[in-house]
Amino acid sequence: MSSSFMADWVYTDVVKDHFMNPRNIWEKDEDWEPDAFGEVGSLACGDQMRVGIKVFNDKIADIRWLTYGCASAIASTSMMSEMVKGMSLSEAYHITPSMITDALGGLPEHKFHCSVLGDKALRAAIDNYLEKNNLPNPYKNAIAKVVCECRNVTDQQIEELVKTDKATTLEELQQLTGYGTGCGKCKKNIEHIFEEMRHIYGKS
Amino acid sequence: MMSNKLVYMDNNATTRIAPEVVKAMAEVEASVYGNASSMHSFGREANRYVEDARKNVADLLECHPEEITFTSGASEANNTVFSIARALIEKKKGSRIITTTIEHPSIIETVKYLKKEGIRVDLVGVDNEGRVRMDELEKLMGPDVVLVSVMTGNNETGTIQDIEKISALAHRHGALMHTDATQAIGKIEVSAKKWNLDYVSMSGHKFYGPKGVGVLYARKYAPFEPFVHGGEQEHGRRAGTYNTAAIYGLGLAAKLAKEGLKEEHDRLWEMRERLRKGLVENIPDVVVNGCQEHCLPGTLDISFPCAEGESILLMLDMNGIAVSTGSACATGSLEPSYVLLACGLDVELAHGSIRFSLGRYNTDEDVDYVIQVLPPIIKRLREISTR
Repeated sequence: MSSSFMADWVYTDVVKDHFMNPRNIWEKDEDWEPDAFGEVGSLACGDQMRVGIKVFNDKIADIRWLTYGCASAIASTSMMSEMVKGMSLSEAYHITPSMITDALGGLPEHKFHCSVLGDKALRAAIDNYLEKNNLPNPYKNAIAKVVCECRNVTDQQIEELVKTDKATTLEELQQLTGYGTGCGKCKKNIEHIFEEMRHIYGKS
Repeated sequence: MMSNKLVYMDNNATTRIAPEVVKAMAEVEASVYGNASSMHSFGREANRYVEDARKNVADLLECHPEEITFTSGASEANNTVFSIARALIEKKKGSRIITTTIEHPSIIETVKYLKKEGIRVDLVGVDNEGRVRMDELEKLMGPDVVLVSVMTGNNETGTIQDIEKISALAHRHGALMHTDATQAIGKIEVSAKKWNLDYVSMSGHKFYGPKGVGVLYARKYAPFEPFVHGGEQEHGRRAGTYNTAAIYGLGLAAKLAKEGLKEEHDRLWEMRERLRKGLVENIPDVVVNGCQEHCLPGTLDISFPCAEGESILLMLDMNGIAVSTGSACATGSLEPSYVLLACGLDVELAHGSIRFSLGRYNTDEDVDYVIQVLPPIIKRLREISTR
């Protein structure tokens, strides 16, 4: 019991390793200035993430991060920070939570939502970089998924409306986008996306 | 980095069964195999063990043995009491149940179910220390209330309610009084007689007895409706073949609890205070939750701002220390502990809460080990935190 009792830990060994020894932490005493940074989540929601990047030749030259969050959030951001180093901005922008969790050897199903903040914070950092340097942002819309076919509403649109407080209720979201007013099939999914976005951006 | 030391400080989740209880149970399980309901000598022998346990439990709760019904645990006992209240309402003996916002899920979820079924249940809130708001309760009381149910001691904060006073209030308005004493048994005195109670729930595994067996005390002549139908066991109050060994084990645990109550209480409180002082002195910026005056002796609930509960729990686990957290992340939901939120705690503080619950088999050495291990964990989690 004493030597192997952690063998059946709820997380994989890779998760455990990244949790206990997180890579690329934005140490407060380190003299590290990012070219851009992004932040998502809130302390009230139980998870908040800040990612800083240095960009060179359109590639992620270096990355640092901080998080208030659980083991899954810490491990997935640590893993993400290793994966994107050296990637082009375009590649990095397209990192998904499943790519990160795959690299971690999987996460328990109910912990999956804890892994979605890292890549969101990274995208926010890249957005911030492009904006700061007056560069076009070709990625933002490229990764958008249409979630309401009838009214052509994308998940990116919903995210933006939640982030900017333009849609604080489902009613407002419907007024602004018209989602669910056609066949109505998308309603349940969109309500789920809306709640998740509110959680991620600390609105709930 | 893997620790070989193991420290179990999650005694409010469950306790380690007492070695003398396991031993006695093993003997009973091996040799007393008759059905305690049978008339022959095998059955009568088993029945003696069941009745011995009933007497021990009655001694502990200060009531008559015939007022004790054995169940599968406190959850079943709680469900039974609320189904009795529902039956009373359906028989038009009243129209309302009152309980609190900090009860165990076996009551909170039962309330949600009953409300869906059209039964009216009013919830009374608690103050910042987790104590029931008496003024609010008094306002809610009325002649139409059939049952008041308030837990004796809370599993998360450890806060103890003035059950005697609440019981008197309930009776003044003609309502029945129930307390879920699961967390309090073996730690403080729980007296059905002194507190003038109609129903009490308790569970064997929270006071060094076996899992899967519990007790419902119901005062003689108090209304009763079986929750589990199908047999004449327990005078028709609870069907199912007697689990002789488990019931006997629970009885033995009750006997040990009664004998050592004062000593156990003082020892747990001393260790709890040693832990509280050690953590408060060695970790900056901590918040101790619950009521420090009326508190279960082994329970210490602390919030660590800027450190998330599941991360703390798992880092302690890496060091062999077992605790609980009120963080949402540990449960898989997005909401942290409803008990801490009901006490008015900030959501962030609830996410960063850790519950230490000490028990009979903890030592000062265990406490000192936690005081040594936890400060660097909190320091590191705060370093990597966004704030």
